Amino acid sequence: MKKPGNIVLNILKYVFLAFWGIVVLFPFYWMILSSVKSYGAYNSEYIPKFFTANPTLENYSSAFTTVSLGRYFFNTIVFAVVTTAVMLVVITLAAFAFARLQFRGKNIVFTLFLSLMMIPNELIIITNFVTITNMNMRNTFTGLILPSITSIFYIYLLKENFEQIPENLYKAAKVDGTSDFKYLIRVMIPMCKPTMITITILKIIECWNSYVWPRLITDNEKYYLVSNGIQEIRENGFGRENIPAMMAAVVVISIPLIILFLVFRKQIMTGVQRSGTKG
Amino acid sequence: MKVVLENLTKIFPNRNRKIKTEVVAVDDFTFEIPDGTLVGLLGPSGCGKSTTLNLISGLEKPTRGKVFFGDTDVTDLEPEDRGVGLVFQNYALYPHLTVRNNIMFPLKNFRGDKKLTKDVMEKKVLEAAKLVQIDTLMDRKPGELSGGQQQRVAIARALVKEPKVLLLDEPLSNLDARLRLQTREEIRRIQRETKVTTIFVTHDQEEAMSISDIIVVMKEGVVHQIGKPQDVYDDPKNLFVAKFLGTPPINVFKGNVRDGMICIGGKPVLKAEKTDDCEVFVGIRPEGFIVDENGKLELNLKGLEVMGRDTTIVSTHEASENVEIRSIVSAETTITAGKEKVKFSLKPMKTFIFNSETGERIYFGSQVRKEYGKK
Amino acid sequence: MKKNNLKGWLYLLPAIIFLAAFMIYPLVDVFIYSFEEEYNFASQTHTGIGTYNYSYVLHDTYFLQALKNTFILVIITVPLSTITSLLIAMALSSIKKLRQLFQTVFFLPYVTNTLAVGLVFMILFKKTAYSDGMINMLINLFGGESVDFIDGPYWAKMLVLCIYTVWIVMPFKILILTGALASVKDDLYKAAKIDSTPKWRVFTRITLPMISPMIFYLVITGFIGAFKAYSDAVALFGTDLNVAGMNTIVGYIYDMLYGNSGGYPSYASAAALILFVIVLTITCINLMVSRKSVVKV
Repeated sequence: MKKPGNIVLNILKYVFLAFWGIVVLFPFYWMILSSVKSYGAYNSEYIPKFFTANPTLENYSSAFTTVSLGRYFFNTIVFAVVTTAVMLVVITLAAFAFARLQFRGKNIVFTLFLSLMMIPNELIIITNFVTITNMNMRNTFTGLILPSITSIFYIYLLKENFEQIPENLYKAAKVDGTSDFKYLIRVMIPMCKPTMITITILKIIECWNSYVWPRLITDNEKYYLVSNGIQEIRENGFGRENIPAMMAAVVVISIPLIILFLVFRKQIMTGVQRSGTKG
Repeated sequence: MKVVLENLTKIFPNRNRKIKTEVVAVDDFTFEIPDGTLVGLLGPSGCGKSTTLNLISGLEKPTRGKVFFGDTDVTDLEPEDRGVGLVFQNYALYPHLTVRNNIMFPLKNFRGDKKLTKDVMEKKVLEAAKLVQIDTLMDRKPGELSGGQQQRVAIARALVKEPKVLLLDEPLSNLDARLRLQTREEIRRIQRETKVTTIFVTHDQEEAMSISDIIVVMKEGVVHQIGKPQDVYDDPKNLFVAKFLGTPPINVFKGNVRDGMICIGGKPVLKAEKTDDCEVFVGIRPEGFIVDENGKLELNLKGLEVMGRDTTIVSTHEASENVEIRSIVSAETTITAGKEKVKFSLKPMKTFIFNSETGERIYFGSQVRKEYGKK
Repeated sequence: MKKNNLKGWLYLLPAIIFLAAFMIYPLVDVFIYSFEEEYNFASQTHTGIGTYNYSYVLHDTYFLQALKNTFILVIITVPLSTITSLLIAMALSSIKKLRQLFQTVFFLPYVTNTLAVGLVFMILFKKTAYSDGMINMLINLFGGESVDFIDGPYWAKMLVLCIYTVWIVMPFKILILTGALASVKDDLYKAAKIDSTPKWRVFTRITLPMISPMIFYLVITGFIGAFKAYSDAVALFGTDLNVAGMNTIVGYIYDMLYGNSGGYPSYASAAALILFVIVLTITCINLMVSRKSVVKV
């Protein structure tokens, strides 16, 4: 038997959750809505309308033609893919060394790594900026990518995962004449695939949204990533008032990540949860 | 390939660095395993049997002593260069690979002139799979197999590279009772067919007795006795071995030898000529009792367990080390119900006496020590 | 297993090289920069060693404005987002229908580009000559006066910044708290039910203590994160935050490093170290408080 009080409480819960759902979704709805309104229609609405009778895709074509959205996109993809790929190699090797190999000084280095995890980005970014500038790597992909290649947290995460692989598998491989490196490639990496995928996706999201470092290191529009691109569009792009075109650009930039999220929802959410509870 | 262990010793430093004491896992083990035999290393947990296996496989390096495969000294060789097959207690199958790829894994590691073509590999994998009768499950992953099937895959993976020596670490302990019986016969059959020298580790004496050509009984790193299962059973060298082998276990009494007689509870029960007076433990195998109205050993009857083929008499005695004394007699033996006492005479070859301090066997009467390896 | 020293270091080498070059060296260097007076970026020379950089930063009105902005942002958003996310997480945990859907929707802001969605928020709140904007329309509906939230009064701008910051940080908090609530053993609730404990008591005596470590974790990371606020401000008010009067400490650091007033790594370093000390102090206070009140599980 349900008490009437419970039903009221239940309804309140759903109303509350639905309210927050609207708060979360409304900006997305608004950006899509605005992006399909024509320039004229948008600016003639003194009181904004919640729907449009004549949706148009012309803003999307101007997003790619008037400003270099395509280039920003391409740059970001290159940046995200290369950074993530190189990072995966570096952290896998390091995690393997920590998890599997025995060598002098391992524990000291690992402790040092962990303590570095607490260092805020703001402290180190200053010198990195100077370093990259002095190496003449401003406005290059190398300059963009280099400082983002190591992530101690992901080394830690992967090491934990590697250590869960039973010792006996290593012994079995050893008896069968498998070298350490081959064991890493053929056994450890395939067995830790879920974690590797999670790390990859989280890193790609991070790259896609990174703003501060690219902003410091690039002032040539040819090397802008989407975040800087959107800022550029806002300040100098379509002319300040062409909101629908801006919104089209925003939609285009947001969509890849939302698709990625919907496809890998589980991995992303558990990954973030784990990074929250362990880090 | 015969395997020779020479003064093999492994000492581990204590895990806790503050404690300086060392753990001697294997102490001065010397033994020659003839080619093609199935050897069971038997002992309670922590007796050093797994360490011995690791020393043979090369996963551990001995502190002292040598390991020979045939006439080759392999002591300093890495595991991959020794050509051993190893099966783990929990099978250690690669969970992300199919059965086929699990078995093929060792073959893919061959390098140089040993390198095999894809066809040869496939053929060898199929042969090994057929040998252990899993050739119908080739494309499954280990997670989709039962424990027994996983065990077979592990054996196939160990055998596929035609090892000089096959090592099995507690191969049956993760299986349920019925599968265990079946699988141990299977191991015996596979070993007979391949004739590969096989060493397996177990804590289950029944398992070791039932399939081994030779068993090695170990305790705390020390080898207590080596021999054919029946010989070790019939002729235990000391109290530990006597207690460790046999189900139901041997019945042990506190007693002594006085005037050439073995006494339990002060009463003489069996002749032991030419034996000096001393305090002893008397061990009597369950099958060493004969119900006899004129028997000298009188026990308090507790109950009967009728099995059909034979009958177990459960009784107690104040000098007994076991809570219950179990004696197995033939089913024809009749014991009147309601009786409180039952009298036994003892079979001299099933009764052993051990020094009460050292636990060493004292041979009496016509008992002769059988030394392994001496005809 | 035998020790193989060289091999271990070889596997670690790439990570160590990158960390040394882009983390350890910069860490040392930032201290040096912060004490080098009148450092000139072009010639890479300085005139002396001292604490002038710190005193300059601490007397800079832009820095003081940034400090004030950041503190207001922290004080408003951290409690607000933590409490709201706790309420949402509890509501989520107590329902069955639509739970997955809500969870997915609520997580969306986490995977969006801060700059891009910030632009949408700006549009929603902005008052222009053509339109008062969506939010003002709502305000008018309830009989209020239109306000320009983007170029208008300080409190209005701060309000938008807070709202956007909360919107951005909620997904992480909801996720962590939902996880924490799910990890509370069902047995405890059953035991409480058998003792007919009232709901409110169950919440204050069982649920809250059991998830208190996670709440404190969120408070600590929330403080750290809010002190480092920057890109959400840029998204709303543009890159020239000093002019908008909405700069944050991190924004000040970057502006000193590179921007309209840029080219002063020494001032940036001093400001970064001041920020670090503030964050460290607050975190220590947080930890001390949590040590006293968090239930050890």
